[in-house]
Amino acid sequence: MPHRTFISFIWPSALAMILFIALPIVSVGLQSFYVQHEQVIEVVENCTPFGCTESTAVNTEATAELRAAEPLGRFNGAGTYTNRNHLAFNEIAEAWNTADSMSAFFKQVLNLPFYKALAFTLAYTFVVTPLVIILGFMIALAVNRVPGVLKGPTIFFSLLPMIVTPLIGSLILFWMIDAKGVIGGTLQIIFEDPNLSLKASPTLTWITIMVYGVWHHAPFAFVVFYAGLQTVPQDTLESAMIDGANRWERTRHVVIPHLTPLVTFIALIQLMDNFRVFEPIISFNASASATSLSWIIYNDLRGSDGAMLFGSAAATSMLTIIGVCILLAPVILRTWRANRRAA
Amino acid sequence: MQRKSPLWLTVVSMGFLGLWLMLASIPFLWTLWGSFKVEGDFFSKQDWQNAIYGIRTMVETGGLFTGGGYEGAWVKEEFWKATLNTGIMTLSVVAISLTLGTLGGYALSRSGFRYAFWILIIALVFRAMPHITLVSGYLLPFFELNLWGHLTTTIIVMVAINQPFTLWMLHSFFLNIPKDLDESAMVDGCTRFQAFRYVIIPVMWPGVITTGLFSFLLAYNDFALTGLLLTEENQTMVPKIAGFLGTTQEQGNVMYAVAAVVSATAPLFVLVLFFQRQIVSGLTAGAVKG
Repeated sequence: MPHRTFISFIWPSALAMILFIALPIVSVGLQSFYVQHEQVIEVVENCTPFGCTESTAVNTEATAELRAAEPLGRFNGAGTYTNRNHLAFNEIAEAWNTADSMSAFFKQVLNLPFYKALAFTLAYTFVVTPLVIILGFMIALAVNRVPGVLKGPTIFFSLLPMIVTPLIGSLILFWMIDAKGVIGGTLQIIFEDPNLSLKASPTLTWITIMVYGVWHHAPFAFVVFYAGLQTVPQDTLESAMIDGANRWERTRHVVIPHLTPLVTFIALIQLMDNFRVFEPIISFNASASATSLSWIIYNDLRGSDGAMLFGSAAATSMLTIIGVCILLAPVILRTWRANRRAA
Repeated sequence: MQRKSPLWLTVVSMGFLGLWLMLASIPFLWTLWGSFKVEGDFFSKQDWQNAIYGIRTMVETGGLFTGGGYEGAWVKEEFWKATLNTGIMTLSVVAISLTLGTLGGYALSRSGFRYAFWILIIALVFRAMPHITLVSGYLLPFFELNLWGHLTTTIIVMVAINQPFTLWMLHSFFLNIPKDLDESAMVDGCTRFQAFRYVIIPVMWPGVITTGLFSFLLAYNDFALTGLLLTEENQTMVPKIAGFLGTTQEQGNVMYAVAAVVSATAPLFVLVLFFQRQIVSGLTAGAVKG
């Protein structure tokens, strides 16, 4: 296809992506170097018959004017990146110097907002992804043995957790594990502890969110594996049987190697999706014990701590984008090498 | 040909599958059932079985089922407005993304040049970025240009965010349509556009429908964008439900939220019911081709 025709086909799509994905990234980058103007403080002289006193006051008018004139705020360099809410270099150095053991040091670091969120995001990504692959594979094997008529309904119900809106799916589970809900109530009876609450302890909250993650994503892995199982080469299976391979050996040496490329695909999609974990934290109301990178950006933008913190949100966004690139780097490098070899 | 499997394996496999199906379906059935009860039953302090038998519901309303939650959500909290907004938004997003996506995906699948590969890789990186990181780029410019809060802005933004995925998916569908088809049309004297219009468009619908389903799901399920880019009166269903949580928990109207959740899930059920085959084929389309 000549370049000119190619461009005439792709320009609407490319324009949309440049305007609303590429430029926003530039805008995020730019914003991350600015912070909101400080309030304009004036020294006001109050003169009374007994003499003059000087006091300082916020000039709201001037503040609003300044903010309207330069909405980006004032230049802050890399200040936002290094402050306490982001990479927190000073705090880490201090923790390193004062902490008497490694565990005390990590404990202090993980109390910093950015590292706390990063820790949960990474833990979630790397716990949920393998579990999703394993559970999805097991479901696919089981569904593959179901007689024909029942396959449709089985697949229908298996798809539900994935198709449901993440915010809604996690809400549904949240209501069930509520101390007054069915699962929460039952757990209290089982453990004979009327004060048991899955929401109270950070560890339990982490586990609950991860369980939700596996529940939500497992159907995706299941469907991909299930489709892969349909294309397992029957000849190879039969010759393996003739050679005396038992069921386990056939699964291990024929089925699993056939599905390995699918594992890479699922892992890639899952890493991307799990890294942006966000909605369950809102639904589970879990921000006290578990925050994610996406959640802290949301929190800054929503302005829940007063004003909307564009600079702070932008800095976290840039760090998140860098994180995504690191996560994807191995995949892209491999594709690039394969492409270069093919060319 | 398959040798008969041992009984224990069948039992284990069926038992596991049964457990999974329960895990997958019971939360929905439970919430659907509970949405017709009063709060005292669905969140019962005494006994979770109250949610099944509806003891408090009998006492409070005189019937086994109550539509109180639905009435509160749809009428009092004006959930119908949010539903209407969601309808407008998702339909526009699907229509526009598919139009842009088919053109772009077709070009990418037929171009033999290196840059087509790089466009796809860049699209993959864009696809991987959490949507909320882009929102922090939108907000300030949108406030300055007075674009913030409108449904139209959100639609356009969502179309753009949808593009990387749509391009990938349609690209792989178009690769499946033999090149000879449009090339022979061009040998017969068609231009590229005519070949696309008269040869490709008639055969592309299965792929377009599948891609459309996923664009629909993406727009319907989104919270990161809709939660931050829309004013309160323009809210779609998902941010509206998130908004319920803040207000209703204090007023004791959690059942409004439960009813709204059930209402918002129902269309998705219908969708899976009718398009199960397309969803399955769509999820695997990317995988099989690597």
